[in-house]
Amino acid sequence: METIEKELLRGGQFLVKETNCEDVFTPEDFNEEQQMMKEAVIEFNDREIIAHRERFEKKDYAFTEECMRKAGELGFLGVAVPEEYGGLGMGFVSTMLVCDYISSGTGSFSTAFGAHTGIGTMPITLYGTEEQKQKYVPQLATGEWFGAYCLTEPGAGSDANSGKTTAVLSDDGKTYKINGQKMWISNAGFCKLFIVFARIEDDKNITGFIVENDPSNGITLGEEEHKLGIRASSTRQVFFNDTVVPVENMLAGRGEGFKIAMNALNVGRIKLAAACLDSQRRITTTAVQYANERKQFKTPIADFGAIKSKIAEMAASAYAGESASYRAAKNIEDRIAIRQASGNTHQEAELKGVEEYAIECSLLKVAVSEDVQNCADEGIQIFGGMGFSEETPMEAAWRDARIARIYEGTNEINRMLSVGMLVKKAMKGHVDLLGPAMKVADELMGIPSFDVPDYSELFSEEKDIIARLKKVFLMVAGSAVQKFGPDLEKHQQLLLNASNILIEIYMAESAILRAEKNAKRIGVEAQEEQIAMAKLYLFNAVEIIKKNGMEGIISFAEGDEQKMMLMGLKRFTKYTNYPNVVELRNTIAEKVKAENKYCF
Amino acid sequence: MKILVCISHVPDTTSKINFTDGDTKFDTNGVQFVINPNDEFGLTRAMWFKEKQGASVDVVNVGGPETEPTLRKALAIGADAAIRVNTEATDGFAVAKQLAKVVKDGAYDLVIAGRESIDYNGGMVPGMLASLIGANFVANCIGLEIEGTSAKAVREIDGGKETVSTSLPLVIGGQKGLVEESDLRIPNMRGIMMARKKPLNVMEPIDPSAETNATSFEKPAPKGAVKLVDADNVDELVSLLHNEAKVI
Ligand SMILES: Cc1cc2nc3c(=O)[nH]c(=O)nc-3n(C[C@H](O)[C@H](O)[C@H](O)COP(=O)(O)OP(=O)(O)OC[C@H]3O[C@@H](n4cnc5c(N)ncnc54)[C@H](O)[C@@H]3O)c2cc1C
Repeated sequence: METIEKELLRGGQFLVKETNCEDVFTPEDFNEEQQMMKEAVIEFNDREIIAHRERFEKKDYAFTEECMRKAGELGFLGVAVPEEYGGLGMGFVSTMLVCDYISSGTGSFSTAFGAHTGIGTMPITLYGTEEQKQKYVPQLATGEWFGAYCLTEPGAGSDANSGKTTAVLSDDGKTYKINGQKMWISNAGFCKLFIVFARIEDDKNITGFIVENDPSNGITLGEEEHKLGIRASSTRQVFFNDTVVPVENMLAGRGEGFKIAMNALNVGRIKLAAACLDSQRRITTTAVQYANERKQFKTPIADFGAIKSKIAEMAASAYAGESASYRAAKNIEDRIAIRQASGNTHQEAELKGVEEYAIECSLLKVAVSEDVQNCADEGIQIFGGMGFSEETPMEAAWRDARIARIYEGTNEINRMLSVGMLVKKAMKGHVDLLGPAMKVADELMGIPSFDVPDYSELFSEEKDIIARLKKVFLMVAGSAVQKFGPDLEKHQQLLLNASNILIEIYMAESAILRAEKNAKRIGVEAQEEQIAMAKLYLFNAVEIIKKNGMEGIISFAEGDEQKMMLMGLKRFTKYTNYPNVVELRNTIAEKVKAENKYCF
Repeated sequence: MKILVCISHVPDTTSKINFTDGDTKFDTNGVQFVINPNDEFGLTRAMWFKEKQGASVDVVNVGGPETEPTLRKALAIGADAAIRVNTEATDGFAVAKQLAKVVKDGAYDLVIAGRESIDYNGGMVPGMLASLIGANFVANCIGLEIEGTSAKAVREIDGGKETVSTSLPLVIGGQKGLVEESDLRIPNMRGIMMARKKPLNVMEPIDPSAETNATSFEKPAPKGAVKLVDADNVDELVSLLHNEAKVI
């Protein structure tokens, strides 16, 4: 364990530490059991979900429920649940991969799956008492019962702690009476159990409760919401009218609901990123298959540079998403193992393990939810008019992708949160940003070196660029913290800039480390396309970072300081040897075309 | 009843087929392997016997270590134990010889093989195996019921079906119909976890020499482009069919 501890990055530390490619976990590292799980999930998805895609588009809520039951029979709902409570107690990576490959058929099922296994079950496994876990978790793990999570209210969305739902203790001290209105509750239509957040008296923070769904106990549901996408995912309002809940059903302590809500969301976020990955793979595959078949001007459209460019970009972003998601997932798994080895219960270890990487969870949620949207958008474009038709799967994929940017914390909230958490970690001394930020400040004042480094080794220039991109973040965020102190949180646009920089660094670095690791084990030639994807991703990332860096700097620095920082930005984002991006894209696209699928 | 299901490790039907070494070897690069579909129907039927009538189900494969994930999938689906005979599956007779030893050693009552494996489509193994061990044999089997030691099997024949009665020990060459596609099982997560703990025994082969040796493979010529002929232009169509396609 000690060896892992030494090498294992803490959350947010990727920004100030260099990672060796041997130390990242990649999808190529799945063991035989994980490979078998992946195939089983894909088979389930093909047979039970994708084969019936039109039923979801016709709002067949009952069918979503039926699929959830089948998923339960196959054990998919219990992978993350400890064995003592009827689950399979699998490691974090395995639970990620189930979530990944089960989610691409339709957003309707994927949402039902995520809401049940994540926010519907996790609050109890993470915070429940022994009695609560014994009583409720086994049914949830097998899919005998389904769970839903009632946090949002008409007046409390992003500001989740501001809910008006109340919980009042009875005179005999044995029960709470819950009153209030919850909104946008996934799985409400078929769940047996609600996790409900309510306020006791005028507590600062809300409190969590486990509430069994019993219409005779003052629980009523609104009509199904009619939505842009995920049409067969049940989404309803839930009304609590004098609903009586035994005191034993309080989750954790009084006033701890907000903490529960936030921690459940950490897991939810990284799993949501996973849930967008296979959609990208499938969309890319469907798009390239169409492009290989469809002819215009007597040419398969896949042979046109304009289409190749799209295919390559779609593949590269999916590749980076996979790389970053599984890298973080393995960090979480290792951190949980370390904590367990040092005496934490499984429950504590899991909670702390995920919390440690809350920054990465937020970054991934934002990045991958936006990538899948772009991917679906380009998928429609490749299909042309047919892409706009309900007859092809692109249209639904595009509509379904849209929700991922809204729930589990909007992308704006997650962007600001990621930078906020990082700054907080630095203040608490968990990650040393100050030292490296000072060094960057010194470097800005110093005379730049004009030596041309030796970039002959694979990825040596790219890794050097990554190291410099980290300096961009430290420069921008470091000066901003200095300038604004705690007021920084009021400068939202600047925070968004900083977060965009952070996202691109994490994604690009992960893609490069994966391609490097694979090149080392299989050979550079065999990995030509992976190398090209990593380089292409980085090239795009550098452009995004330049723009966001510049916006940020100009927003708060003036005169000489501004000039110096802009010069630093230029230096830090400089290529000595520009990659030929057109060639990179062609290399990637030719491979995807030849294999007729996303093949990495 | 002791059942042995023979499992072939074959390329997925969507794989791209290429050959190496001067067209003498199948190029496994980038190919995904699966349980031979005919064997999967058989395995699923075997699981039915196990669950409904009580039986033990072992699976066997003749092949190198690379076939173990396929055997492990069979274990995940529910087989009790797996055997791998550690030698390359060269020709039908060589495989049947190895299997005969396994069947004799294990005293199996029923051997379910596929009518053919979809890689080289030899279709010889089940018949040869039956004759080597002196068991009854039903080829192209699309239905099987067992009561005590008697068996009722349905065979596919040209344009129809034949029902035969026979008895154990029995070897069948099975196919779709033993169960339907919708009956095929997706290994459940618990099964996958348990598969790791089930025995997978590796046996060394007896005299692995083959009687035949593939000297080369050839792929069918790729389909040429389709020529479209205007519906009014019958003369051109006739001329093309006569001169180019040479079919009339
Ligand atoms: C299909 C669907 C399923 C859902 N399932 C569930 C569920 O199962 N359980 C549950 O509890 N909730 C669920 N939700 C609710 C979801 O989590 C919220 O919709 C989300 O948190 C946003 O809240 P809101 O809709 O009130 O938007 P608002 O909070 O009103 O946000 C509106 C806009 O303002 C921005 N904004 C808000 N506050 C700030 C700020 N401080 N700074 C900058 N920008 C800000 C947001 O980013 C957004 O762009 C679901 C929603 C949908 C649509």
